[in-house]
Amino acid sequence: MIELRQVYKTFYGEKQVDALRGVDLKIPAGKIYGIIGQSGAGKSTLIRCINGLETPDHGEIIVDGVDLSRLSSIELRNARKKISMIFQHFNLLSSRTAAANIGFPLEISGVDKSAIKARVNEMLQLVGLSDKANSYPSQLSGGQKQRVGIARALANNPQVLLCDEATSALDPETTKSVLQLLAEINQKMGLTIVLITHEMRVIQEICDYVAVIENGQIQESGRVIDVFTSPRSSAAKRMLQGTMNTQIPQDLLQRANLNSNGKQVFLKLSFVGSLAHEPVISSMLKKYAVEANILFGKIDQIKDIPFGMLFLEVSGEPDQIEKALKYVQDHNVEMEVISNA
Amino acid sequence: MPSTIMVNMLWTATLETLYMVGVSVIIAEVIGLPLGILMVTSEEGHILENFWLNKILSFIVNVGRSIPFIILLVAIIPFTRFVVGTSIGTAAAIVPLTVAAIPFAARVVESSLKEVDSGVVEAALSMGASPWQIIVKVLLPEALPGLILGFTLTAVNLVGYSAMAGTIGGGGLGDLAIRFGYQRFRGDVMLYTVIILVVLVQALQMLGDKIARKVSRH
Ligand SMILES: Nc1ncnc2c1ncn2[C@@H]1O[C@H](COP(=O)(O)OP(=O)(O)O)[C@@H](O)[C@H]1O
Ligand SMILES: [Mg+2]
Repeated sequence: MIELRQVYKTFYGEKQVDALRGVDLKIPAGKIYGIIGQSGAGKSTLIRCINGLETPDHGEIIVDGVDLSRLSSIELRNARKKISMIFQHFNLLSSRTAAANIGFPLEISGVDKSAIKARVNEMLQLVGLSDKANSYPSQLSGGQKQRVGIARALANNPQVLLCDEATSALDPETTKSVLQLLAEINQKMGLTIVLITHEMRVIQEICDYVAVIENGQIQESGRVIDVFTSPRSSAAKRMLQGTMNTQIPQDLLQRANLNSNGKQVFLKLSFVGSLAHEPVISSMLKKYAVEANILFGKIDQIKDIPFGMLFLEVSGEPDQIEKALKYVQDHNVEMEVISNA
Repeated sequence: MPSTIMVNMLWTATLETLYMVGVSVIIAEVIGLPLGILMVTSEEGHILENFWLNKILSFIVNVGRSIPFIILLVAIIPFTRFVVGTSIGTAAAIVPLTVAAIPFAARVVESSLKEVDSGVVEAALSMGASPWQIIVKVLLPEALPGLILGFTLTAVNLVGYSAMAGTIGGGGLGDLAIRFGYQRFRGDVMLYTVIILVVLVQALQMLGDKIARKVSRH
């Protein structure tokens, strides 16, 4: 659906900033794609390239088969009508009511008044703000403003929705409900959502895919479940710290290193999806003459996929341990032997 | 109480002042508004970015604003004669008043348009709005309260300038105050014209504030 090839962008302000340094990205249609990175990593520049608010110095940006850089300014304007955007600070017109804000993109596209009215009502209903149609932005809460922003972005039936830190100005509760709304819209309307954020929680909550950006380069990308359960880049590991706690507490690691011998191994097991519900460990204990001691465990959810992590100390005769480990592996549980020196 | 003759004189002078200020503020806004819009939108990163246009407009406006009105009044007499056929009288006074007010109005328009949140312009751009649509549907409505206050400011300023128009026989309250009040030592005429001017300015300001508040959605 959206593809970025070797995108470069440098700003020549007071000092030169290489905001994007060779970004390659493939965003599949109909999915929610998250781009995460710290402040200043180049996220906003990247997402603004996708609707031509920013022109890259080099590289291609292909949306729905069309290279944006080849479009005339009028063609680009028309292309933007199918690529909507919502913003951290909502950017609603303060002089217009919620309804008139939602109708704004339709007005721009020359839709006639009665059609606008019908569509606006439909959109208000979708975001649950029918009773606020005639309120001005100054009379709405942050969450309500973002809902108006979402309704406005969807009014013109876009194929892509770009979200620039859309929940960063909202409290945790409101963030959750706005993210839920985005996930719902993605399901119902099948539109592609690209969101940028500096919060792992946002990715964890609704994204199917994630790319980690640092210093204007994509460090790692893939399915959220894969990146979260086994991050490869140091940037991804750093971003995940504190959110998912895939890291093992330091004192447990030390203990594993001290106590290891042939009759004892320390394992980190990751369960993904329906497997998280299966009693793999208890059947292993029944089948083989080994004992297991659970040192640390955690269950979490990534979008709608349950995800578990367990840190085990397994003891017994070496051959029994070996068989037990094989059994676990055969059940597609991702396993990492921490130490068996 | 002032005599009937004096009331008549004051009334005529008030009407002349209102006429001069009214016509010149309207013409000045008709020209100053697009100028102000161009000054903002031709800035770097704005919808009609144009480095030289921006620099030239800004220069002209600055020059216009730095010429003292009393000098402008005399300096453009040939132009005034060309436009209204004479350089003396109320109609003739409207020309220098308008010329002086245009750069002022343009600056005031510029500064109110600059108050518009750039994020809102960006949102409109992201929806595929054209520069014209952004000016008409975003910049002007969003800046409306500020524009109205700016319009008021320009008008109030012109009331002050119009008092100097007497120099070229423009009539109005300032002229009356000088010719009768000062030159004929009529302290009462002086006092009445000043009172009327104060009331006029107060009324203008109150009206402007009221309308601005009425259209503000903040
Ligand atoms: N218009 C601009 N002019 C100059 N520098 C910019 C501009 N936009 C962004 N930058 C710089 O580019 C870098 C990336 O910015 P941005 O994409 O906004 O990062 P993020 O959204 O990840 O915080 C930052 O160092 C920022 O200061
Ligand atoms: Mg940003």
